[in-house]
Amino acid sequence: MKKTLLQNGRVIDPANGVDAVCDVLLAGGEIAKVGTTNKTDARGAEVIDAGGKIVCPGLIDPHVHCREPGYEDKETIATAAAAATAGGFATICCMPNTNPPLDNDSAVHYVLQQSGKANLARVLPVGCISKGRDGKELAEMGLMLEAGAVAFTDDGNGVGDSMVMQRALQYSSMLGVPLMQHCQEPSLFGGSMNSGPVAVRLGLGGIASAGEEIMLRRDLELIERIGAAYHVQHVSTAGSVEMLRQAKADGLNVSAEATPHHLLLTDAACMGYDPNYKVNPPLRTAGDVEAVRQGVADGTLCCLATDHAPHTREEKELEFALAPFGIIGLEVAVGLYAKALIEAGYCDWPTLIERMTTGPAKVIHSPLGTLTVGRAADVTVINPKKKWTVKVDQFHSKGRNCPYNGMKLKGRPVMTIVGGEVKFRL
Amino acid sequence: MARKAPISSKKRKSLPKRAAGHAAPNAEVTVEPDFVWTRKDLLGLDELSPREIVCLLETAESFKEVSTRSIKKVPAMRGKVVGLLFFEDSTRTRMSFELAASRLSADSLLFTAKGSSVSKGETTMDTVRNIEAMGVDVFVMRHGQSGAPHMVARQVEASVVNAGDGSHEHPTQALLDIFTMRQRLGGIAGKKVAIVGDIAHSRVARSNILGLRKLGAEVVVVGPPTLVPNAITAMGCSISHCLDDVLGEVDAINMLRIQFERFGGGLFPSLREYHKLYGMDAERLKRCRRDVLIMHPGPINRGVEITTEVADGPNSCILQQVTNGLAIRMAVLYLVSQGRE
Repeated sequence: MKKTLLQNGRVIDPANGVDAVCDVLLAGGEIAKVGTTNKTDARGAEVIDAGGKIVCPGLIDPHVHCREPGYEDKETIATAAAAATAGGFATICCMPNTNPPLDNDSAVHYVLQQSGKANLARVLPVGCISKGRDGKELAEMGLMLEAGAVAFTDDGNGVGDSMVMQRALQYSSMLGVPLMQHCQEPSLFGGSMNSGPVAVRLGLGGIASAGEEIMLRRDLELIERIGAAYHVQHVSTAGSVEMLRQAKADGLNVSAEATPHHLLLTDAACMGYDPNYKVNPPLRTAGDVEAVRQGVADGTLCCLATDHAPHTREEKELEFALAPFGIIGLEVAVGLYAKALIEAGYCDWPTLIERMTTGPAKVIHSPLGTLTVGRAADVTVINPKKKWTVKVDQFHSKGRNCPYNGMKLKGRPVMTIVGGEVKFRL
Repeated sequence: MARKAPISSKKRKSLPKRAAGHAAPNAEVTVEPDFVWTRKDLLGLDELSPREIVCLLETAESFKEVSTRSIKKVPAMRGKVVGLLFFEDSTRTRMSFELAASRLSADSLLFTAKGSSVSKGETTMDTVRNIEAMGVDVFVMRHGQSGAPHMVARQVEASVVNAGDGSHEHPTQALLDIFTMRQRLGGIAGKKVAIVGDIAHSRVARSNILGLRKLGAEVVVVGPPTLVPNAITAMGCSISHCLDDVLGEVDAINMLRIQFERFGGGLFPSLREYHKLYGMDAERLKRCRRDVLIMHPGPINRGVEITTEVADGPNSCILQQVTNGLAIRMAVLYLVSQGRE
């Protein structure tokens, strides 16, 4: 039986309220012991000195675009999974806006098969809410759930039709799975960056905060009546954060996520027309960034999610309005979150890790994201003091559409263990 | 309202410092004789200093004389190649740049998107790189996408002159407008200019606002809220939704063309209503100052934003704008080709 012993790390396991310098023993692909270990525990184990480092449950990213099937020139499940482990993620949830979209059980099987072949990070498929992601007819959520889907979304599009959304929520509440919404009222979408003074000055079409907030408001009205589990993807506006804070106070079953770019960048970054700053929802104002940070700190936004969205170099070399939306994030996420939240004084490491482990695990009802004995041996080791410079050319991802190239960061995952196997070691 | 004040006060602070020797807030910007133009590209008026704008205007002044000679040519750019990249249709701007290049003795290459590899799906960057490989010194670029010349300028060695990009900027148009105003009004500082029409989609409006503000003029943009975004005030202008309110207080009125090709319609109810609310006709002209300057960047939709009697009347300087455009474009081509050396 394969054994690994991580010694003397700062063990942070939010699910069990652990934050102490101790050991973690992995055996047979499971968590065997957390605490003080003895010579018997160490016998036959690979011993890893984790002194000065953080040992935490394998990180979970609930929002990743693996692009397979259909867009393998942008990314594959294997390259995304490699990027994930290099970024400290043991588990990623992949979005269904592929070609064909993940809107049936065989597509879900295909993702799991490719993920098994890659044998790196766990890739959990998120299926479509509607057939073909066109917002009209419900996709086969029941069959996809049976095949292994963990949630449903039409990500990239919000479900515009209120009747379809109502039915989707009713149906998913029967299945007990969350619907994830990309809040954007389709009829208010028509630009390539946040609407406001910067867009006006640049002569670019604007995407107003109202488009996100109107759909969120409508959905909150629906779930108040239906009681389904509802998750808001990539929250970008102060208004959305406030609405979610109120909805939680009112006892609604809502969860939400924040991305690194909405925690760090504003629409002023678009001034040079660099399409690497073009993302959907768009980069907003400093006030929105502040609100999103506050939301993560106080738990209104319970998950951190990269919305890793790789594109080819030639696509991102087009004119700003013609280039596709998206920023990659898997391999820089931990450093960026630390910069936006810890260095800026919004939260500490245990809170940050909670938002990357138990937070997302709760959303997708997963037993992962904890160091509870008997659970899968998914562990991430982070060096919180490691200073490093982002170099896109060293990424495992195929994507190079990363506006953080050259940025100096502090804090980096140095080891990712999935099911007891070391999948990444820096 | 709250936005306007800090911008105009900043203006007052920065202008006299740049225009050395002038302390009064409404003083004309001047440029020292030893001022040296250093820019390789002209992408917009946003990045230009007031002195750089005046340098361009004064260089144009000196080139104006060339057109009055019997041999209308100078050897300033002999041996240079100007690549005219018109990804979007144009008559005036293209011909004006073409003639400007020829008066400076440069060779010019004309590219238009119609009937080119663009229709075969070639990207803008590939098209430009291929033309650059033929040995071009200055690109003059018109493109339907905002920021396209900026993208090109980042990636080519040659100079890039923006001849209009999407809804962003059209610097040479604004320069020729300002040149004409200077000529007809005797100066820019302290003057008040109205820009009327589709501000939201207008690159002419943006470049004019930026240039006029830098030279100390006041700018009011006029149109319905669907064509005038509130955030435009961050560029230093004020907004009016009523043309009749501003007629009596302005020195020049720049009537923009309604750009049917830039939006799918639906931003105002009908041309009839637009003309009634924002069209410049003889009745409205009577309520203006007697010597008000009526401008239009062309092409005109006669009877929509401006009536024929106003467009062809004594207050109009529409054709003078076109004439001055040639001198401005000669100045721009000459200066950017110097700037790279």
